Amino acid sequence: MSEDVWSEQDTNPDAIEAALRELLRRRHAENESLAPARVLNLIVIVDREWKGEIANRLERAGRYHASRTVLCAVEAGRTTLDAVATVSYTEPHDGRIGVMHEQVVIDLGPEHLEGLQTIADPVLVSEIPTVAWSPHGYREAVRSLLPLIDVMLIDSDDEGDAASAFERAQELREETYIVDLAWLRTTPWRERLAASFDLPQRLAALSEVAALEVRHQERSNASALLLAGWLASRLDWQRSPLRPERGGTLEGAARRSDGEVVVAVRPLRQEAPGLVGVTVACAQGSSLSLQRGQGGLDAHERTPDGVEREWKILGASRGEGGILGEGVRQALLRDPTYLPALKAAQEMLPA
Amino acid sequence: MSTTSPLNLTSTDNPLVEGLERLPVHPTSLVIFGATGDLAHRKLLPALYNLAHEGQLPERFEMIGVGRRDQEHEDFRDAALDSIERYSRRKPDPNVLDGLLNDMRYIQGNFDDDGVYTELGRTLVEFDEQAGRQLDRVFYLSTAPEFFPLIAGKLGAAELSQADDSEVRIVVEKPFGYDLASARKLNAQLLEVFEESQIFRIDHYLGKETVQNLMALRFANALFEPVWNRNYIDHVQITASEDIGIGTRAGYYERSGALRDLVQNHMLQLLALLAMEPPTAFDADRLRDEKLKVLEAIVPPSIDDVAEMTVRAQYGPGVVGGVRVPGYLQEDGVAPDSRTETYAALRLHVSNWRWAGVPFYLRTGKRLSRKLTEIAVVLRPVPHVALQSSGSVGIQANQIVFTLQPDEGVSVSIGAKIPGSRMRIRPVNMEFRYGTSFLSESPEAYERLILDAMRGDATLFTRNDEIEALWGIIDPILRAWEADTTSEIPQYPAGSSGPDEAGALLTDGSVWRRL
Repeated sequence: MSEDVWSEQDTNPDAIEAALRELLRRRHAENESLAPARVLNLIVIVDREWKGEIANRLERAGRYHASRTVLCAVEAGRTTLDAVATVSYTEPHDGRIGVMHEQVVIDLGPEHLEGLQTIADPVLVSEIPTVAWSPHGYREAVRSLLPLIDVMLIDSDDEGDAASAFERAQELREETYIVDLAWLRTTPWRERLAASFDLPQRLAALSEVAALEVRHQERSNASALLLAGWLASRLDWQRSPLRPERGGTLEGAARRSDGEVVVAVRPLRQEAPGLVGVTVACAQGSSLSLQRGQGGLDAHERTPDGVEREWKILGASRGEGGILGEGVRQALLRDPTYLPALKAAQEMLPA
Repeated sequence: MSTTSPLNLTSTDNPLVEGLERLPVHPTSLVIFGATGDLAHRKLLPALYNLAHEGQLPERFEMIGVGRRDQEHEDFRDAALDSIERYSRRKPDPNVLDGLLNDMRYIQGNFDDDGVYTELGRTLVEFDEQAGRQLDRVFYLSTAPEFFPLIAGKLGAAELSQADDSEVRIVVEKPFGYDLASARKLNAQLLEVFEESQIFRIDHYLGKETVQNLMALRFANALFEPVWNRNYIDHVQITASEDIGIGTRAGYYERSGALRDLVQNHMLQLLALLAMEPPTAFDADRLRDEKLKVLEAIVPPSIDDVAEMTVRAQYGPGVVGGVRVPGYLQEDGVAPDSRTETYAALRLHVSNWRWAGVPFYLRTGKRLSRKLTEIAVVLRPVPHVALQSSGSVGIQANQIVFTLQPDEGVSVSIGAKIPGSRMRIRPVNMEFRYGTSFLSESPEAYERLILDAMRGDATLFTRNDEIEALWGIIDPILRAWEADTTSEIPQYPAGSSGPDEAGALLTDGSVWRRL
């Protein structure tokens, strides 16, 4: 990977944009096979002392890089803008094209946040979607950016408690489309449950679910509630608040058309954020349990006649880098099931 | 407490599927005949690994390799491991790889040996019993084509072609037939055992993103449809050029030649997708009905017309990438008096309301100057040029170019003013490249097609009547070429853009695009 770099202290957005344009022009003039990626812009607002870690996290997002990333690093007491613009690329071979990605790191002060839109706007590529991510809060900056952005990337598992996380998600979704990393942590589980119950023999059992248990890493109860909310919304269960029990477990019940569904959301020790497992039990004694394992999910099935089977469902862990990359990619898509799941999850929060 | 309506699950619609990118695939046992062959080694096994890595294989997935090589399960797993490590598009995750390989089985034997099918049936039942239900079955024929009817017949005789409680499908690799008569015969042989809905004739070009994007571009954009007809399109050029020679495939290539190898299947499929009417729905039969109409509207050349509408040639010695390479007749395994073509070019017409009078030029060849697969739609020139053209290359007809290789994408050439005080025009390109415009990496065509076959979605596979229509176009050319045993086969230097004779196919002053 090669890089062209420009930097300037006490700079301004117009100078940054002009520098980026010049970096791209010069690189393209030297090698016409290099073309700038034009998929989406990503604006990230972070504490300055954590900007290296966030930059590393973005690097681990794998191939899902934004075309232009604008990393705004907030430093207490700063009143001027310093910027470093980088165009990175790999020289193409064999008549192929090479793709250039751009990153701008802007050091700015808290006083810039209310008007962040006026700093970010000139630096963005126009006519492609813009995603914003503010992992360290800075709500005034997000408020400023809302008219400018198409998608807000959030992580409901990072908010501290699920209630305020969901409330924040609901606030934001009034203004823009949101992609929730906590929701994306449930994607493989949702896909597997959908596939497992797609079999004609199991599909009918969906209307007879008697118990649902979602097990999660301690800090990922938003993910767990979203998974429970997803099932509840897709299967039209009537939701009511769960009760807090010992050890952070939430327990309660939902109603389906002709019966009750016992619901439990249980924290467990696990290093990786996200879900640990899920068990769906049906009225006639059958159950399907999926548990995170090495190289995929460990499945355990119990049939109505008591036969038990275990097998492995293959799939590599995406890791947190992969989840973030998926968040960036999802900004180009629209998932109609998140908001109903979010609403259902809110209804299951303890009163 | 929320209020909701009762769930109605009497239909087969799965309410959990809504919003998911990946559609469910039912538990499946996949049987690959020819599992020790080159296709399995380079494409199928790496594709299966990538599906496993991404969690796209069914929740229960079993694989059995069938081959003539005498080896144990463990040897087969080692060979599969080697294939995946060498050819997977991503570095394998050891845990996923272990999981995929652990239960892979291998059955050794000749394809005409009843014992192979007895053992296969026993293993499939074993997998069903482990799963507690009958798994769907996919038989993938990755063998030499002469074994297709034999294997299908043996599967039928062993009662493996149908199942009471699951789906059974058969995937047939190319070449599907050697000419129209053999394709018809093979269709009839397969249909004696399997129903058409069970048969998946593979053409891996259809699994490529750009090929599918042809339909997206045509049918999701109002911009193109108004000009997509004889009033605005001058001609179409479809090119599939390779810079490599025949390598170690002389045995196959001597029997096949360029026309059968690429034109009969891939290139005519591209033509059909480009020229078809919008299907009423994007499902297998609607789409294939429309493709079939186009293929049936192509009037096959009469034997007398073949010399005027086609060109065949062989590569001679030359220089490719700075290296001297032998000509086709000097390649190992090629008869010194071989008349097999390594280059074929055709002029075809689609005789229908939309395309009457628009020539479709197809060319393919080995040992050409570069590897390139593209479809170029060349529009008619503007009717009146008020702008001056002196001092520039002038106004050129617009071209819409779909590139499949080396980079997948689309470009549109337009005339633009050269900066300066004079009104001079030159063509410039508006480009879309997958690499710059999407975050996702295009999956390998085989990943998509294997998954579709397991899911039972035949949209990107070729139907029996389509196959016969494809051969119906090519058959007269084959017969004319075979009947001509005396005229000299033109030679083109390896590393060139093909034989000069190909230029004569183009009418009305058109020229081939530069490779």
